[in-house]
Amino acid sequence: MERMSRPLVRLLGQGVRAATKLRGGGSAFPGLVMEKLHPGFVSEQLARLPHGVVVVSGTNGKTTTTKMAVQLLESQGLKVFTNRTGSNFVRGVAAALLQEISLTGRFDADIAVLELDEAHAVHFVKEVQPRFALLLNVMRDQLDRFGEIDTTRRMLSKVAAATTEAVILNREDPRIASLAEDVRPGTEVLWYGLSPQLRPMFPSDDDMRGADGPAAPTPEGGSAPEAVVELTDFKATDVDFLVRGKPEKAKVHLYGVYNVYNAAAALALSMTVTDDGRDAPAAQAGIPSLLGELSAVTPAFGRGETITVDGAPLQLLLVKNPAGFRLSLASARPEAYATMIAINDEYADGRDVSWLWDVEFESLRSGGVDLVTGTRAWDMALRLDYDQVPVRDVEPELTEALRKFIASAEGRPMRVFCTYTAMLALRRALRSVAVVPEI
Amino acid sequence: MTTTTPTFPTAPEDGVPAVDAVEPGGRGEIHLVQLYPRDMNIYGDWGNTLTLKRRLEKRGYAVQLTDYNPGDSFPADADLFVGGGGQDSGQFRVMEDLQKIKPVMYELVADGVPMLAICGLYQLFGHEFRTIGGEVLPGIGIFDLTTVGGETRLIGNIVTESEKFGTIIGYENHSGLTRLADGQQPLGRVVSGDGNDGEDGTEGAVTNEVIGTYLHGSLLPKNPVLADHLIATAVRRRYSHETLEPLNDTLSQKAREVARNRPR
Ligand SMILES: [Zn+2]
Repeated sequence: MERMSRPLVRLLGQGVRAATKLRGGGSAFPGLVMEKLHPGFVSEQLARLPHGVVVVSGTNGKTTTTKMAVQLLESQGLKVFTNRTGSNFVRGVAAALLQEISLTGRFDADIAVLELDEAHAVHFVKEVQPRFALLLNVMRDQLDRFGEIDTTRRMLSKVAAATTEAVILNREDPRIASLAEDVRPGTEVLWYGLSPQLRPMFPSDDDMRGADGPAAPTPEGGSAPEAVVELTDFKATDVDFLVRGKPEKAKVHLYGVYNVYNAAAALALSMTVTDDGRDAPAAQAGIPSLLGELSAVTPAFGRGETITVDGAPLQLLLVKNPAGFRLSLASARPEAYATMIAINDEYADGRDVSWLWDVEFESLRSGGVDLVTGTRAWDMALRLDYDQVPVRDVEPELTEALRKFIASAEGRPMRVFCTYTAMLALRRALRSVAVVPEI
Repeated sequence: MTTTTPTFPTAPEDGVPAVDAVEPGGRGEIHLVQLYPRDMNIYGDWGNTLTLKRRLEKRGYAVQLTDYNPGDSFPADADLFVGGGGQDSGQFRVMEDLQKIKPVMYELVADGVPMLAICGLYQLFGHEFRTIGGEVLPGIGIFDLTTVGGETRLIGNIVTESEKFGTIIGYENHSGLTRLADGQQPLGRVVSGDGNDGEDGTEGAVTNEVIGTYLHGSLLPKNPVLADHLIATAVRRRYSHETLEPLNDTLSQKAREVARNRPR
């Protein structure tokens, strides 16, 4: 097809968007039409960005980490394009681009920071070479989609190999650390990591069961490589980092220990991006303002977000793999909360619910669980029964379950652990009883 | 949909059937061994071990639980073995170790020791696994079957029907296509899903008291008949106990009803 002029692309994009609104379609639809009409649209637009493209990928924490990185980079005066809708593949990126262009009449950004899931990232990097990549972790998440953890690692190795300037890796995840071997000559490998004292708090899936999992990676057989940012300690919202070897303090208002570690990842990425010609004193000067900005980051949708219902806080916690669920459980004293667990098995949740058997629920034994819900409510109730956790009620239908749960909480703060589509449905249902922010 | 909530066990002690008050562990001890949990435990395999352990304990047996990993001294006095699925990388280590323990495994199988082998371990209990690249990984041939690497993964909810155990419900996720030799008894016939090779309609294999299958999900919590068969075999061998008291399996029944009607 002949290439279209930009005003035509824009008009067309607006028309497609209007049509999408009418049919109530998903956010990726206009992007799909755009890619059909004008292949290469996304790569052409992204190629114009003066600071290039950053890809954030990995199993867990992409959304929160991307959100943090965007905010940190904006605090340094960069105009950042990102795929906020969570529709995180090429079409989703195209849709976000169209929206940007049709709102402002032009694509006006310095840099793109894109959250891409592993499978989509592989397709994306065939069309667009990222300048930077931040690769977080490889966990047992939606194995039924990607087949095997080793397959997921191979997908991420394609992203590492396509990146032109620097790849930032999680030093403590053996599968991520091994990606250093796949980086092309001339592209820098940088690390973020944990102090030795903190490592036991962040189990990988390899050491979920059985005492000794694989040892922390020490590439080249020597000691661990130095990290740009190392998380050394945290207590409540106070966080200690080693930033290029120098102790620094920050505040992080995010829920769960994983998000504190993701803050280290976002910080390492932001330092790398803003640090033209590394080690320059000018870049060092940016660190205090980046650390200051970290405290202003609020949780992304569903990642520990708190909604007030009848004056009591209700916290929504997204769970999708054993390590994440276990850490969410460990992050507060269960007896102090009313607890509901919502497990769906739609495609976006993962159809396979086997992973629930690799979460230990003993911590819920003394307080019990008020309600289990979702399409796989009975699987969850069965799982809890085998861990001898009392379950007070099972109600597969989510809206009805939410109503019962709020009534039974009687003013106690509430925690709801939920899979992805269960969370979407619960947020919708909560609209009738509380103020729920738009995603 | 409105659901009336049935009553079901809420306290740890409930769910123990109306059995004579056996002291915990009063019936004796059963030695349960997890095969290769370090390398082969990616699909909720702990659920199978936990189900066996709890259902034994509820019947008054104490459970000695041993992890067997490559290079460990082999617990040849075990009453019951269970092992699961792994990554390709884990499969290599396990394959080498299996060759070492092959003679003692043969004795145990001939002796009627119950075993459950799922996914990766099921494949290695056959003669060989031939990868797409033509590489051949030897198994130990407890089952008369071979597996070849396939182009696409067979993934999804699966329901099979077994003459001996009734309807078996689980989740499969494998790229290996397993072909049973003539005379090798399958575990079940596929009702919905792919099974051994997606073509011949069989799923799993049974030889003596060894059960192999691609179903995880986890298999035993949702298939208590299978769990109790393995347990009954173990306690009959060890103590000549002939009866197992029924347990309250309401939750399991509910979870089965849902699972069998979920999309693939
Ligand atoms: Zn499997």
